[in-house]
Formats: sequence, structure tokens, C-alpha cells
Amino acid sequence: MGIANSVLEAVRTEMGLHPGTYPCKVVVRIGEMAAIDQDALRFCFEAIIHETDLESLELGIEVCPRRHRCQLCGREFVVRDYDSRCPQCASLETTCISGDELQLAYLEVEEYGSSTVGAKSTQ
Amino acid sequence: MDRVPLERKVLSENDRIAAELRARFQAHGVLCLNLISSPGSGKTSLLERTLEALPPRDRVAVLTGDIQTENDANRLKRFHFPVKQITTGGTCHLDARMIERHLADWRLEDLDLLLIENVGNLVCPSSYGLGEAAKIVVLSVTEGEDKPLKYPSIFFKSDLLVLSKIDLLPYVPFDIEAAAENARKVHPGMEILKVSCLNRNGLHDWMMWLGERRKAYKPLVQQTAS
Repeated sequence: MGIANSVLEAVRTEMGLHPGTYPCKVVVRIGEMAAIDQDALRFCFEAIIHETDLESLELGIEVCPRRHRCQLCGREFVVRDYDSRCPQCASLETTCISGDELQLAYLEVEEYGSSTVGAKSTQ
Repeated sequence: MDRVPLERKVLSENDRIAAELRARFQAHGVLCLNLISSPGSGKTSLLERTLEALPPRDRVAVLTGDIQTENDANRLKRFHFPVKQITTGGTCHLDARMIERHLADWRLEDLDLLLIENVGNLVCPSSYGLGEAAKIVVLSVTEGEDKPLKYPSIFFKSDLLVLSKIDLLPYVPFDIEAAAENARKVHPGMEILKVSCLNRNGLHDWMMWLGERRKAYKPLVQQTAS
């Protein structure tokens, strides 16, 4: 719920910078190691936008796999089933380079007056 | 339709406050450790044994988080170190602002070590940094040995795994080596200690680990100050 609130706050802050438009969709990027349950996040997000001026705002979720880089040969690879061994040289000396993201990616906005379903004027 | 790039962390406000706290801890040479586990894994018991073993004048303080009650703080206050309870009133994790608020009337210059006991939960506490130098995850042998695989985030982000309640090993079907192996699958090279707060096995190793971390933290502060 705290995370859903933070996403919504970020949308409201950003919309202050884009007068004359309304937000259609906000996209977040979640790493598979970030301990975020997508369904729970969607449920909370829908609960907090219900019956507000942002009720039509869509939440998009992009999932990022856990990626490691081999310290010996430099190969970058996706870690599956917690196997962090380098697929090229079999070294176990690999470091995590992504997979714990909890990132705001982008926002899609539409100008007021354009013909899109779901637009609610707040002006 | 226009696309506006955001490209920042969802919890950037928490991260900002956590970074301020981390800078303050470093400036005052305070090692801050964040203890995380499921409810009932033995965080408070480990802190009791820790405070009991530290010299009476040690510069240590504890913040302990729960959804309701002051019970944990009352247990820990017996050792005469500064202890404060944070009751979150429903929130399932501590956040950086709660730490900032509860530190307000303590002087960081009087402390070397701040132990934070998070709310019992293996999920959300892993997302909210508190300015700590390290996270420590506690897993008791009455839980499943596959917990590191089920909740990888916290095992991935913690420096140390404390396997607790090892006095119960003869009575429970817990494969301690499998648990350690699962933790190291998620976090290769993770440090692991086995302790019992009841018969005190392994507590010496834990106090050694803590002592090493405290010793190792000091030069870091001097380097950044010079």
C-alpha cells in the first residue's frame, strides 16, 4: 500500500509540471528480486484511485530479470533458478547488476480536449 | 499521447531520508544495523542476549518496531541502554522517516552502535532502507529451510544470516545445511551464523561478528572525515 501511494504521489507531482494534460498510464519497473507482489500492488493501486480524479489511470508493470556480470570474463547473463554461475566460463565470481529495481519508468499523458475515453476534467 | 520519462525510484523520498540518516551515522561514527525476520524468529531474544553481553557503559542504543504494544522495548530496557519502541499502528515495516523522528532526542555523538529491530515481516522491510550499514536476516529452525528461495529479496540484501533456535534442531525436521545452501544460492558467499538464545550456543560467534563489524566501521569514518 505504501508503494502504491508513492507511485500515485509521484504521478501527482509530475502532473503539476504538465498543465493542460491528464495522466492515462503510469509504468513501473520491478525487479524479480524486489519483493513486490504484482497482484497486491495492482489491488492497492486500484483501491487508492477508486472514486478520485485519477480513477481511469492505468498501472503498467514491467518485470526485470536478475542479471549478473562475470568478474572474470565480463559476460552478462540472466540468472535462472538462482544459478549465478557464469554460463561462459563457469566462474562463481559474478556480481548482480540488476533485478532489484523498484523504479518509476514513464507516464503517458493526454491533452485535455483530445478524444480519449476516460478523460475526467479537473479544471 | 505523450510519454513523459520518470526514471527514478518509486521510494525515492524514503531513499532520500535514508541517505541523510546514513550520512549522519557516518559523520558520528555510529554503526547502524537493521534486523529483519518473520514474526517470532527471535530478533528480540537475540538483542536481549546481545545487550546482556555488552559492557555496561557501551555506547549502544536500540530502536524496536512493532505494529502495536511496547512489549519489546520493555523487555530490552532491563539492560539499561537507551531503548525506544516504534509502534507503526498498522504499517508492516519501518521507514526512514520513523527512524529520523525517533532519533530526534538522542545525541548521535553519544553512540557507536544503533541496533534497529524491524517489524516482523520478510517482505516490505527489504524495500525500505533505514540508513543502515547492513541488514541482518534472522531465520529460525522452526520455519522452512526453503524460506531464502521463497523470500529471496531480503536474503539477497542482507550481509548476514542468523539461523536461530538451533537448540530445537533435534525436535524439528529442519535441514540446516539445506537452509544455508538455499541462502547462498540467493546470495553467493553470504555469511551465516547458527545461534541459540536459550542455551547460548553460537552467541560467542555472533558477538565476534558484531565486534568485527564495529572495528571495521571506524576506519571508514576516519577516511571519509579526512
